[in-house]
Amino acid sequence: MLIGNYLQLAFDAEKEAVKAFNMIAGKHGDEPDVYQTCQLLASWSQNHLNELKPWVEKYPARPDTTADKLERMMFDNEQKGSFALLRDLHDLWILVTEIDICWTVLLQAADGLRDKEMKTTFVKLQESTKRQIAWLQTRIKQSAPQTLIVGV
Amino acid sequence: MFRYTVYRLVVALPNKLFQQYQSINMKQTRDSIADIWGERTPYYNEQWPERLDERVTEEPDHWVQAACVLCSTGCGMDIGVKDGKIVGVRGRGVDAVNRGRLGPKGLHGWIANHSPDRLTKPMIRRGGQLQEASWDEAMDLIVQKSKEIIDKHTSLGIGFYTSGQLFLEEYYTLGIIGKAGLGTPHMDGNTRLCTATSAAALKVTFGSDGQPGSYTDLDSAEVIMHVGHNTASQHTVLWMRILDRLEGPNPPKLIVIDPRETYTAKKATVHLAPRVGTNIPVLNGLLNIIIKEGLIDHNYINAHTVGFEELKAIVSKWNPRLVEEVSGVPAHKLREAALLLGSTKTLVSTALQGVYQSMQATASAVQVNNIHLIRGLIGKPGCGIYQMNGQPTAQNTRETGADGDLPGFRNWGNKEHINELAKLWNVEPDTIPHWAPPTHAMQIMRFCETGAIKMLWISATNPAVSMPNLGRMRKLLAKEDLFVVVQDAFKTETTQLADVVLPAAIWGEKTGCTTNVDRTVHICHKAIEPPGEARADLDIFIDYARRMDLKDKDGNPLIKWNTPEEAFEAWKECTRGRPCDYTGMSYAKLSEGSGIQWPCNEKYPNGTPHLYTDGVFATAADYCESYGHDLETGAAQTPDEYKLIDPKGKAFLKSVDYQPPHEEPDEEYPLWLTTGRLVYHFHTRTKTGRAKELQNAAPDSYVQLSAEDAAKYDIEDGDMVEISSRRGTVFQPAMVGLIEPGLIFIPFHYGYWDNDNRSRAANELTLTEWDPVSKQPHFKYAAVRIRKAADNTNDGPSAALAHMEAVIDHNFKMEGA
Repeated sequence: MLIGNYLQLAFDAEKEAVKAFNMIAGKHGDEPDVYQTCQLLASWSQNHLNELKPWVEKYPARPDTTADKLERMMFDNEQKGSFALLRDLHDLWILVTEIDICWTVLLQAADGLRDKEMKTTFVKLQESTKRQIAWLQTRIKQSAPQTLIVGV
Repeated sequence: MFRYTVYRLVVALPNKLFQQYQSINMKQTRDSIADIWGERTPYYNEQWPERLDERVTEEPDHWVQAACVLCSTGCGMDIGVKDGKIVGVRGRGVDAVNRGRLGPKGLHGWIANHSPDRLTKPMIRRGGQLQEASWDEAMDLIVQKSKEIIDKHTSLGIGFYTSGQLFLEEYYTLGIIGKAGLGTPHMDGNTRLCTATSAAALKVTFGSDGQPGSYTDLDSAEVIMHVGHNTASQHTVLWMRILDRLEGPNPPKLIVIDPRETYTAKKATVHLAPRVGTNIPVLNGLLNIIIKEGLIDHNYINAHTVGFEELKAIVSKWNPRLVEEVSGVPAHKLREAALLLGSTKTLVSTALQGVYQSMQATASAVQVNNIHLIRGLIGKPGCGIYQMNGQPTAQNTRETGADGDLPGFRNWGNKEHINELAKLWNVEPDTIPHWAPPTHAMQIMRFCETGAIKMLWISATNPAVSMPNLGRMRKLLAKEDLFVVVQDAFKTETTQLADVVLPAAIWGEKTGCTTNVDRTVHICHKAIEPPGEARADLDIFIDYARRMDLKDKDGNPLIKWNTPEEAFEAWKECTRGRPCDYTGMSYAKLSEGSGIQWPCNEKYPNGTPHLYTDGVFATAADYCESYGHDLETGAAQTPDEYKLIDPKGKAFLKSVDYQPPHEEPDEEYPLWLTTGRLVYHFHTRTKTGRAKELQNAAPDSYVQLSAEDAAKYDIEDGDMVEISSRRGTVFQPAMVGLIEPGLIFIPFHYGYWDNDNRSRAANELTLTEWDPVSKQPHFKYAAVRIRKAADNTNDGPSAALAHMEAVIDHNFKMEGA
């Protein structure tokens, strides 16, 4: 069974999300809504981790499989300002969207296992992740024209 | 301590205090400074009896119909004119809103029209100094700058920040110039600071802006609830109506939710005083009791709402004990209020800044709507929700699209709505920005700060005093790379930072319409000429459109009108078939007698007191003004997402759980600050500060603190206190009493135009942050520390303070407090 590997993937991504949301909040603290909302969304990802923990323990990742990590350069931009904000929100969107597809995959597994408790948990987690994505999209769409056209 | 001191003052002072202003020809039916609300005319379940309030300094040679513009009540009044000057006002007995009554600001505020320091000539900043210029020079410079910016950066480099003080016709014209002429999404009003949450809450629950109820609901309501709304001070004429009910047969029970012991709270049957920032626990707690006790209307919920089970689940944890723990509201009092709300057959609820400018603003305002919905108390006489406005024409800013909304409550996410506007204005749909929500005021300021907006045109508002975190605001308005145009009637803290100042005509000097909280539309006719070269805002906007050569797609002028009446006729077409339908109104009809409540059309030729009488709300996907937001994050829902859940006319019951405020008292800043208004002033006192009687009644800012905190910090009544937050520092004389320990209050009216001796504007201290849905800033809480700066020396501010205390206490006594 490789469910554990996917759970671990989601778990690691959520850990990254907590870190990233908090980092973006601090880095773009001059954007008051980004500062507050990113902290809020970091706390959501922290809740996701708490909910995931018993499942990760129940289905440990198989030690003989290779680390399943998508290597990428994210949040490597030291710059501040509107363009950097747009890029950082973009990276957050990629990260959270990866988590979203993890839930989809895990829900398929829950269906196959006929595990109602697992299904209920991941439906709830996916709803919460989708709300994170919705905020990122809203904020990205708001920033994009001003940044790309008048950007300073 | 405070009460005793003041009692002495009142006994010693009353005649001197209240009669010093009388001139030989002056005639007034009542002294509204000494007695804010005047004599009672008790009544119940009949038309509110007339009481004609009048104040003139000379006998007018004629009267001109208008409405009061010094709060959002919207009282019908006539302007008395003699020899081309305003000499007084009187209430219009025929008007359904006030039945002849006027409050202190209405009776006195008109004095400002003839203030000697009105702006009468345009000014241009040259060599760092504002210098007089001609209209041609000023307008040409604005046009030249606009064109340069558009060439280099597109119209995204231009923003407009308007008001809740102009007329409907002016906003609509400005809205078209911005949206269809230049094509900028950066338009908002200072309504963002006062009524954005009202609009947001109405959209969230009912699908569209528009108040469900009518002021006439107060005539028969059994229970009236004020949430974060000090009605007695902010809407004095509405309060007169409630006082008259309280003295008549079957008086209503009053529930007041306010952390301070206000005039309004003094009259409450139940006063809930929550800690700052805990509206959600209290409102969730009330809903929870009502639901648990089975005091709900199942039939109404099933037939006319969606989301009840989710609401029930969210509020269910807020038992009275938990509410008490978090908010400080005693469990038995919460229960008493909930049972009143749960058993009444009629209910009027009002909400204002204590909700709108606090944490979880939209979510809290929506809970007030929810109470009505789960009890089926909406759409019928005696059942009103007033999500109050702060300003007289805030409703118009929202209706006409001069703010972050589209005209006629259209939906920026709905392509068909954009097409309707494009057709009406004869422009390409893509001209109208609709790729994202229109930019809200706080974001406009942020864009100015980062340099992403290069020109900001401010009309009839004073952000250098009214915005939060003033140090930041002054810095960004003064930026070299920001071209600032300010259109105002007076020199203000904001005109001081402008590159061009345009002198504007005000109420009484131009014609136009205003719409109040209960959707009553009034016409304000021009009574006198504006001073000097001051021009009506409508004329200024049209002049700009012509000089910019703004055209429709056939090459004809985009703005096809020259007069307010022509603008009104154009506006009527824009509202056809929308919730705010004005098509049945005309200037002639509005000039006949009372104001008229929209919708007014073929079906409702005399207007409409109640919306949603059939329980069908404006939520259908093709009709609604908004596809909704996530109440916690503000994320916008997409059209497709909305269509999946299209409630097709059912109202939404939405709710969220509690989030603590983002800044809370700590060791360094141990006290809560809250800010607010005083009865005698409006906004930054540009008008009321120039009306001698109003200014004398409340001449200076102060800090109100509890006797406990005063003792702790060794502060006595009248001592100068230094108050600091993480943003700034102010100095205020102390007023001790009538507030909870741990909380201090500073009125936000006072800036520097008439007194720059000390840092005193409350917004030096407030936070730059806002509600995720309504984007309204959080003025109602900040963490601060205090210390005594100087003893009371019994002159300067403390003499003024003693005077104010005397006035406040006198009015408390008039209320039988």
